[in-house]
Amino acid sequence: MGWLFIAPFGVVFLAFLVAPLVYAFYLSLFSKGLATGTTFSGIGNYVKAFTDPSFLSGVWFVVRFSVVLIPVQMAVSLAAALVLDSLTTRLARFARLMIFLPYAIPAVIGALMWGFLYSPTFGPLQGIFSLFNAQAPFLLSQDNVFYGLLNVVTWQWAGYYMIIIYAALQGIDPTIYEAARIDGANPRQVALRIKVPMVSSALVLILVFALIGTLQFFSEPQVLIPISNGSITPTFTPNIYAFNLAFSYAQFNYASAISFTLGIVIFIAVYIFLFFNRKRGGLLS
Amino acid sequence: MSTLTETDGGLGRRPEKHANVGAHLFLLALALYFLVPMWWLVVASTKDAHGLFSGTGGALWFDKTFNLFANLKELFTYNGGEYARWLGNSALYALTGGVGATVLSVTAGYGFAKHRFKGRDLSFALLLGSVMVPLTALVIPTFVLLSNLGLTDTIWAVILPSLLSPFGVYLMRVYVSAAVPDELLDAARIDGAGELRIFLQVAVPLLRPAIVTVLLLSIVATWNNYFLPLAMLSTSSRYPITVGIGLWTQQASSNNSGGQSLWSLIMVGSLVSIIPLIVAFLSLQKYWQGGLSLGAID
Repeated sequence: MGWLFIAPFGVVFLAFLVAPLVYAFYLSLFSKGLATGTTFSGIGNYVKAFTDPSFLSGVWFVVRFSVVLIPVQMAVSLAAALVLDSLTTRLARFARLMIFLPYAIPAVIGALMWGFLYSPTFGPLQGIFSLFNAQAPFLLSQDNVFYGLLNVVTWQWAGYYMIIIYAALQGIDPTIYEAARIDGANPRQVALRIKVPMVSSALVLILVFALIGTLQFFSEPQVLIPISNGSITPTFTPNIYAFNLAFSYAQFNYASAISFTLGIVIFIAVYIFLFFNRKRGGLLS
Repeated sequence: MSTLTETDGGLGRRPEKHANVGAHLFLLALALYFLVPMWWLVVASTKDAHGLFSGTGGALWFDKTFNLFANLKELFTYNGGEYARWLGNSALYALTGGVGATVLSVTAGYGFAKHRFKGRDLSFALLLGSVMVPLTALVIPTFVLLSNLGLTDTIWAVILPSLLSPFGVYLMRVYVSAAVPDELLDAARIDGAGELRIFLQVAVPLLRPAIVTVLLLSIVATWNNYFLPLAMLSTSSRYPITVGIGLWTQQASSNNSGGQSLWSLIMVGSLVSIIPLIVAFLSLQKYWQGGLSLGAID
């Protein structure tokens, strides 16, 4: 009987998760050449990927990006959630909604808005910098695009993470704070020694979300390509590279190998992370 | 320690004796940072192409001409009214994909939480594992699969993959375990109710906050999706709004003379496209604010 409740989802799961994964792996074992046609090449595509500077530079970018982005995002969302949890004023409720709102905005639109705000000719930055007789930096230039995108993604997602932490904080029994106060704990100690550990499973969850989201980075840089003056290349992230291989060069076999590698690598990275954090609760507990 | 209760901002939980100035300044700065791009978008939507690029008020203030209504009119008539078409497509994809994903999540979550059957633990472990698979890695192989079936460049190529929401199933299972008591289901069984009826009339009414949350999350995921429709669709009349705006951006940047007036359409088009979801979130906040913490409880 129970199977009947699972079955509809099971069909979708098999058709759009298991089948594409298996098929990607199958496709990745073949190569297509102009003269030779489609031939079996075994792990050839994987050997090619791990020696392909275009793929490796994309991987290197998303890894660097995650290492900087995730701590920044978590710090912003945790700080905001802790402050919001300690206040019940109207301003706090208003701020909570405003911080969350970017989550409802498509990444495409968020990226475009910031792309315009970054513009040296008509964005507000130049106006501010010219007050000090300085040249505003173009945040999508070769040297700055890392930080420009960092800001876009933080803006887009910090509010969502903040709400998850905030909801977990609201679930803590307030009598614990009372007990801590009687024991002489100050508000800072209550926040860092009681609240943060008690929402650690929420923190683990958003870290996993952030990690999965960042490693498959696609929409924001893809949308900003036309206004980035070439600093966002067709090999910028592994997903953009795979997309271009498939849809600009019709190299579906090699693109499948890249997609499959990306999927497996992210899966393993997240699994290892969760395994070492399993005592903190969350998905694997 | 249950986080299942709906939070209403914690009114009266921990009364503040005095307003904490530093904390409020911090919040004000944060709110400002998150609002500036949206404020800019509102302002930009009221400008004509000239005002957008060389207006007098600066980027964050209105130009001397107020062009919002002319922009809106042009938005919905430009190129045969393709914008309205994209908006309709987005609504279609988001509603069918979102409602479908939610129905599948509720039934599967209920099945995992309240029924024992062979292979349940194994299939749930499989589900948990799939939460960690990045869905964009599936787009290209799904494209090749669907193209073998002749389904690419149809609405099904966007809707069907959007039905997949492993995280939704996980959330529902957590919520059903906590919110639906076994005794209640057993009592209904003793009264002779069938399993389907028990599910629909006993369980579902208890799950309302979680259903709204999963529904909003799936609608947002489909409405905001870019990679999947960009890969699947090649006919512009089937585009959702995200891919359509992306197309306009490309056209505007590659075409410098005619491009300028397109930029003001991109601005007002972006503004119109974010209104439906913002309204949905603001009007349903008492549901999702509690529901979002579900994934984080043990």
